[in-house]
Amino acid sequence: MRVPVSWLAEFAQLPKGITPAQLHADLVKVGLEEEALHVPEISGPIVVGRVLEFVDEPQSNGKTIRWCQVDVGGETRGIVCGAHNFEVGDKVVVTLPGSVLPGPFPIAARSTYGHVSDGMIASERELGLGDEHSGILRLAELGLDPEVGTDALELLGLNDWAVEVNVTPDRGYELSIRGIAREYSHSTGAKFTDPATLPPSASGSPKAGRPEPTKDKSNPVPVKLLDESPIRGRQGCNSFVTRVVRGIDPTRPTPPWMASRLRLAGIRSISLAVDISNYVMIEMGQPLHAYDLDLIKGGITVRRASNGERITTLDDQDRELDPEDLLICDDAGPIGIAGVMGGARTENSSATRNVLVEAANFDPISIARSARRHRLPSEASRRFERGVDPEVAIPAAERAVQLLVELAGGTADSNVWQVGEPVATEEIELPAGFVNSVIGTEFTEDEVMSTLRALGARVEPSTNLGSGLVVEPPSWRPDLRDKADLAEEVVRIRGYDLIPAVLPTAPPGRGFTREQRLRKSAAQLLAASGAVEVLAYPFLSREQLDLFEPGVEACELLNPLDWSSRYLRTSLLPGLIEIARRNLSRGLVDLKLFELGSVYLPATGGKPLAISLPAGNSKPSDAELAELESAIPNQPLRIAGLFLGDSILRQPGQKQVHAGIADAFEAVGQVVRAVGATAEFEAGSRDGLHPGRTAIVLVGGEEVGFTGELLPSLAAEQDLGPRVSVFELDLAKLIAIAPAEVVALPIGTLPAATQDLSLVVPVEVPAARVLQAVREGAGELLEDIRLVDDYRGEGLPSGTKSLTFALRFRAFDRTLTATEATAAKMAGVASAEKLGAQLRE
Amino acid sequence: MPESKEISQQNVAAAREAALSAIASASTGEELKAVRSAHLGEGSPLALMNASLRDVPAEDRAEAGKLVGGARAELSRVFQEREVEVSAAEEAIRLESERIDVTEVATRWRPGARHPLSMLMERIGEIFVGMGWEVAEGPELESEWFNFDALNTDADHPARTMQDTFFVAPQDSKLVLRSQTSPVQIRSLLERPLPVYVIAPGKVFRKDELDATHTPVFHQVEGIAIDRGLTMAHLRGTLEHFARLMFGAEAKIRFRPNFFPFTEPSAEMDVWQPNAKGGARWIEWGGCGMVNRNVLRAAGVDPEEYQGFAFGMGIERTLMFRNDLGDMRDMVEGDIRFSGQFGMVV
Repeated sequence: MRVPVSWLAEFAQLPKGITPAQLHADLVKVGLEEEALHVPEISGPIVVGRVLEFVDEPQSNGKTIRWCQVDVGGETRGIVCGAHNFEVGDKVVVTLPGSVLPGPFPIAARSTYGHVSDGMIASERELGLGDEHSGILRLAELGLDPEVGTDALELLGLNDWAVEVNVTPDRGYELSIRGIAREYSHSTGAKFTDPATLPPSASGSPKAGRPEPTKDKSNPVPVKLLDESPIRGRQGCNSFVTRVVRGIDPTRPTPPWMASRLRLAGIRSISLAVDISNYVMIEMGQPLHAYDLDLIKGGITVRRASNGERITTLDDQDRELDPEDLLICDDAGPIGIAGVMGGARTENSSATRNVLVEAANFDPISIARSARRHRLPSEASRRFERGVDPEVAIPAAERAVQLLVELAGGTADSNVWQVGEPVATEEIELPAGFVNSVIGTEFTEDEVMSTLRALGARVEPSTNLGSGLVVEPPSWRPDLRDKADLAEEVVRIRGYDLIPAVLPTAPPGRGFTREQRLRKSAAQLLAASGAVEVLAYPFLSREQLDLFEPGVEACELLNPLDWSSRYLRTSLLPGLIEIARRNLSRGLVDLKLFELGSVYLPATGGKPLAISLPAGNSKPSDAELAELESAIPNQPLRIAGLFLGDSILRQPGQKQVHAGIADAFEAVGQVVRAVGATAEFEAGSRDGLHPGRTAIVLVGGEEVGFTGELLPSLAAEQDLGPRVSVFELDLAKLIAIAPAEVVALPIGTLPAATQDLSLVVPVEVPAARVLQAVREGAGELLEDIRLVDDYRGEGLPSGTKSLTFALRFRAFDRTLTATEATAAKMAGVASAEKLGAQLRE
Repeated sequence: MPESKEISQQNVAAAREAALSAIASASTGEELKAVRSAHLGEGSPLALMNASLRDVPAEDRAEAGKLVGGARAELSRVFQEREVEVSAAEEAIRLESERIDVTEVATRWRPGARHPLSMLMERIGEIFVGMGWEVAEGPELESEWFNFDALNTDADHPARTMQDTFFVAPQDSKLVLRSQTSPVQIRSLLERPLPVYVIAPGKVFRKDELDATHTPVFHQVEGIAIDRGLTMAHLRGTLEHFARLMFGAEAKIRFRPNFFPFTEPSAEMDVWQPNAKGGARWIEWGGCGMVNRNVLRAAGVDPEEYQGFAFGMGIERTLMFRNDLGDMRDMVEGDIRFSGQFGMVV
């Protein structure tokens, strides 16, 4: 909401010379946040001049300039002018040397076309008044005949400025000068004059105050309110006020003060009749519509659209209407979408002499839906959506009528026609002490009462409660519906600074959950070992999904930012690849990346909801909650990593070590150890991964993820270089199945016996199985076994490999002899023989 | 076989002198080894004299033995001392020869890093856990009911248009990418016994193009406390404590009236950031207020018995203020140099 300060000053007593910063500070205190400041970039001396004489001088470039003598008040100046749309005697705007026009464009005396031009005669566009630049501005066109030498900035309203504040969606009344002036008064205590209660002056209304609706007379344009399908039980139109003004002069210009205020308020001047309805809307907050009375056929009916009905709106768009749209119709059909946009057929034009002014009160939801449906957010719909004071329709219509009489030369019909009743606000019971019990303040009941009265509410002691108050909010505050709303109003007006600070005492908490702790451990461990955590967007293309899971079913956004990336990730790897590519493109070629985040798996949810959404103000039934939950796809927390380039960089005394499968396996081991479990690997295969270098990761026999090397072709296609290793684990599952507690074994302290063991086995037998067989066979004397070598080649039968293990034996109760250790080892060998292993001689 | 000399004062002294001189002049382990065999070994003059003691008449044997034994004992002691000296000197030379340039030692692990947004969320969690609160979570792909309806944001609220929120197919599944962490308020109240004091950091989504100040995927932290007798003063006290831990001991909070559907009264919250680079300043930090009575009803809480407060702020914004970051894009692009600046600390 843009608020021209001169306009605000009409209804709120502002201190002389108030600065924009002060005004913003005063308004922010009551919740009107600062958005912008609008100050015309123009400064004087700029005065009214009168053309005394001129000579047309043709130039060698084909142009003809005018060499003018202009009286600027007490002196005559020679000015060169390129325009020809003026005569001797015309009053014009002269920008004198030293002035600055918007641009900024400083004016100085300058030599041109053989003269010294001592200033400039300005056009509307040069002054920032509008787009008109076909000639200079003749003040007579604006209906002005000021004294020569008059300050033109003041005359044209160019010394005014406006603050722009953000109005929250609950406070429709603040979308008006009236509302802002009232809030300014709440903030500062300044005197406020309500424009809705100003006496009518020119309309010929018989008595002061707001005019009373006319009764017992037949309306020349009878109005019917007809809503057979109200939205959510609310009538589309509650009250409809009409006024008639006849005989306006359509050639009259909009006076500069009005044009200036509208411009500062962000509204373009169109024609006097339209400008007046906009002006009154900004001033009072009541959207108005002015119809050409002579184009209306018969009476007016407010009703919902019928199927397939159409209207051509003011912007000349032919629109198909929805049965939910509320329409203003005459006997020949729709003449406007209520509260959104009028129709072309009854539009005001330069031929309009008789005007029907409409000031209606429409249901916010109905208007909001229509505005959204037709993508027609307008100044009017913005106000109706947020709630318009139902009592302001009559005074606003009255104000428009006054202006049409005063400025457009019309004659008012004194009848005020109103159909329907403004909806009154409902009383709220406010128990004694409630405000303090919510805010933590110590306001007295008198302070509460006087604050609510200052807001315009009617406040009485409650007879119902025995103590406390009954509050009837003012008509412009339909947002006040609950005692909590009143508590906010009291503290808002009295000042949020009065709220003290008290630290509450929460009951003893349980700390982080196990999953939260372990999740953090895993991430810390990966980072500590050199990996960098990244946070990728979850939006993927079909191609990205297909990299690792061809044809996978994925959740799909209805309104993505980028249509090609409309799927939600089912794996963290495509995001890591994208981030790796970005780093590579920036010359960062040795990468260890990891991400911890959710994936979205539609297998379980993502189906149409079997119920309609429960209402928001009461707890849904357990069945409804279960249905809501069942529609939500499973979103397991994953952890994934990607390794490429060099894992150890070349440096003095150290050869480079390429990142490889070992890095991925090691990272998996770290994550699994971080959560207190042990990882096992089993050869596996996955799309997008090297068929011979892929492992399924198991914990306690359950699959928790995979690791491996990208298919070289895929890595090349993604410009990632030859060897790229990855892993992805279901972290939540991993944590869930990891042992929650460590069962600690006693530590043997007697001497150990260590032996090596080499076994020849068929190449296809996994080392882990051989190791496991030896372990099982060797029994409990075997404390530790580790694979130390895998040899293939010369000296071995083809199709075999030699695995060497380092074994450590220990007993709890005695020092082992070599014989005992060897016996245990040979038992291990015997066990491994079942896998085709033979002791290597 | 070398010939044994007669045991005499003179001969013993000569052998002793010769040995001492040889020991003193030996400067390596090798030389010492030679000295030992020449002067202390079996064939050395004193060893031979010692062996010839048995030929000495019995009445002179004790004296001769003392003479020879004393010299041998002395030489053995001196030899050992010299041996220690020489080996120390040799060790020193060897160590010196192994000297390296400690500024060029190979480092096998390159430094890794957590993402500062993750660390900041964990830090915030710790602050509140320290006050007895708990950290709650909820799904990112969320039912509209939790994201909107239950938060007093009904079907006609402008936030529910396609402009701001990502909707998920099929339309009648009524799923959105949560546009705020506030649905966790409802989940916490439904799942936990009262009183509830929880903080909920997490990822949220809004339909903004990525630029220096916007990203469609960002993070928020939500706090909600529902108990008997909680007031806006408790909200202020909680936020001041939080602000001081985030922005320094001099930080303070300022409320400005505002509107949110899920709180009443509602406030915009500014924080005085004393440690800002370029000078202390007020910054807009987040929104807060007393939980709207309709929100409590949606979660089955009786607003006549329980009330409380909620607040929420952007993690990215907080990080930008605390660490003087200028461009949102740095936080989302995954450039390893960005997180690298933080390492393991935020």
